[in-house]
Amino acid sequence: MAQSFFDWSWVMGNLGEIWAQLAEHIILTVVPVGLGFLMAFPMALASIRWPRLYSPLLGVAGILFSIPTLALFVIMIPFTGLSKATAIVPLTLYTLLILLRNTVEGLKGVPSHVREAAEAMGYTRTRQLFRIELPLAVPVIVAGLRIATVNTIAYVAITALIGQGGLGNLFMDGFLRQFPTPLIVGLVLSVALAVAADLGLLGVQYVLTPWQRNPG
Amino acid sequence: MITFESVTKRYADGTVAADEVSFEVPEGELVVLVGPSGCGKTTALRMVNRMIEPTDGRITVNGEDAASVPAPRLRRDMGYVIQQVGLFPHLTIADNVATVPSLIGWDKDRTRERVEELIDTVGLSQEVANRYPRQLSGGQQQRVGVARALAADPPIMLMDEPFGAVDPIVRDLLQEEFLRLQRELKKTIIFVTHDIDEAMKMGDRVAIFNVGGILEQYSTPTDLLAEPANDFVVDFLGAERNLKRLALIPVSAVEHETGPLVSRNDSSDHAREAARESGTDWVIVTDAENQVEGWVFINELDGQQTVGGAEVQPFEAFVTEDESLRAALDVMVESPLNVAVRVDGDGRYEGVVTHNTLTGELK
Ligand SMILES: Nc1ncnc2c1ncn2[C@@H]1O[C@H](COP(=O)(O)OP(=O)(O)OP(=O)(O)O)[C@@H](O)[C@H]1O
Ligand SMILES: [Mg+2]
Repeated sequence: MAQSFFDWSWVMGNLGEIWAQLAEHIILTVVPVGLGFLMAFPMALASIRWPRLYSPLLGVAGILFSIPTLALFVIMIPFTGLSKATAIVPLTLYTLLILLRNTVEGLKGVPSHVREAAEAMGYTRTRQLFRIELPLAVPVIVAGLRIATVNTIAYVAITALIGQGGLGNLFMDGFLRQFPTPLIVGLVLSVALAVAADLGLLGVQYVLTPWQRNPG
Repeated sequence: MITFESVTKRYADGTVAADEVSFEVPEGELVVLVGPSGCGKTTALRMVNRMIEPTDGRITVNGEDAASVPAPRLRRDMGYVIQQVGLFPHLTIADNVATVPSLIGWDKDRTRERVEELIDTVGLSQEVANRYPRQLSGGQQQRVGVARALAADPPIMLMDEPFGAVDPIVRDLLQEEFLRLQRELKKTIIFVTHDIDEAMKMGDRVAIFNVGGILEQYSTPTDLLAEPANDFVVDFLGAERNLKRLALIPVSAVEHETGPLVSRNDSSDHAREAARESGTDWVIVTDAENQVEGWVFINELDGQQTVGGAEVQPFEAFVTEDESLRAALDVMVESPLNVAVRVDGDGRYEGVVTHNTLTGELK
């Protein structure tokens, strides 16, 4: 192996492949986080309306979060084979704990005098939730989405073990061939992806929370 | 009109926050609920708009049992100013004020006009309309809280320590402004405070509560001060009860005495006679237009033919009919004559308010 540590010509020759794996990685991140939020959101609303539900729901989400990734794949394979679903289902379940907890805490964090003011003005319960409480919970909910997203970007690589994996495939490739270039490319891109996603979500929060900006 | 009929509130933990409370808030009047912290003022207020349901008894609003009206509808007819201001942090001041109009479906133009009008009404500048609550001072926020409650022009206002979160100077200003506004709007208002002075100043009637949700006395401020029902009320009214009473009586409400009145050209003998008749050792000097020039001690007239021969001393201060007897007392103790001279708006002499007038009034 007389070649240099990093081989630009490999990168140039495999741009298409690199791009495809990056796109795959993005899909394997966005879909689980999106599905996770779709599941966690009604669970959070239910936990607010019926506070007794919160502990058990959080408990289940916590247990799911603690199951080792590989074990979950093994459980899934008989049902879904080596398909995308096998990757997406566990990744989705992992996001639940953080998304449920942050959504509930965000809603609970709305100051009681603000809630009482809304009630006194004659808001109905549903309208109050969507017009007053949810907008005020946005920063905490987005904080949850940011953690869940960055975590998921990291987890996606592991799904290379079951033939998915996005940028994880580049790690595998580099590792198996004792050829560091793909490994480095995968690593750099996945870090860049995490940073970009995090900044993007911060941008979403900025747009949704004009009242939090400093007066100009 | 709002009536409390033997209303009791017992919370789940056994705390009694209202104990068979009965009173009536007449149409167009401002009734103050006052009492120490935890006596149940907020609870009483929130039972009116059903944020809290009574355990026992009945509250009627314009003859209708409040419990029979759906809560959100009931509340939209009642402006509510919350104790901690409670502005919506994520909405601009304009949107905060527009809360109830948009809930009841006013169109955009009407709402915008109303918001502009209210921002003026509560003494804010239009520039604040597009700011967020946290960009405003405490005093400005309380004004927005009042504007938000007034927005849909509700016939009833429930105000929970609306001026509690500001310094005494701003509070005084807000009270004055609100009283002026209320004289125009004539809303039926329940106003909560723990500050007895605010209660006396704002209330047409005042309900004094004790811990345990007990209504100790319900009366006009003047009657409360004149005839406190029990020791708790006396204590709560605080020291200087007589001074507070005087503060509530306008000068116009008492008879003034004519006083020994002379002009510069009157003879000294005439002045001596006038003083003797009024039992004083001084006379008050006015000119042909009845403007007050000052006063002279009788013994300074010795050796003088006319009043004008002696030096006429000017008065430092006067009272007018719309001032209070407390202001008259203030003038009185500053004056070497121990009386307060009453003049009309143009400075013309009307008479004197004496110590006897005040003590007679306090009996
Ligand atoms: N939800 C509740 N559950 C149990 N007790 C309550 C509840 N709300 C209020 N209380 C109690 O009822 C009593 C009256 O409370 P309330 O808030 O009406 O008093 P307040 O006169 O408004 O006091 P403050 O001047 O401090 O605002 C207090 O002892 C309070 O602790
Ligand atoms: Mg209170």
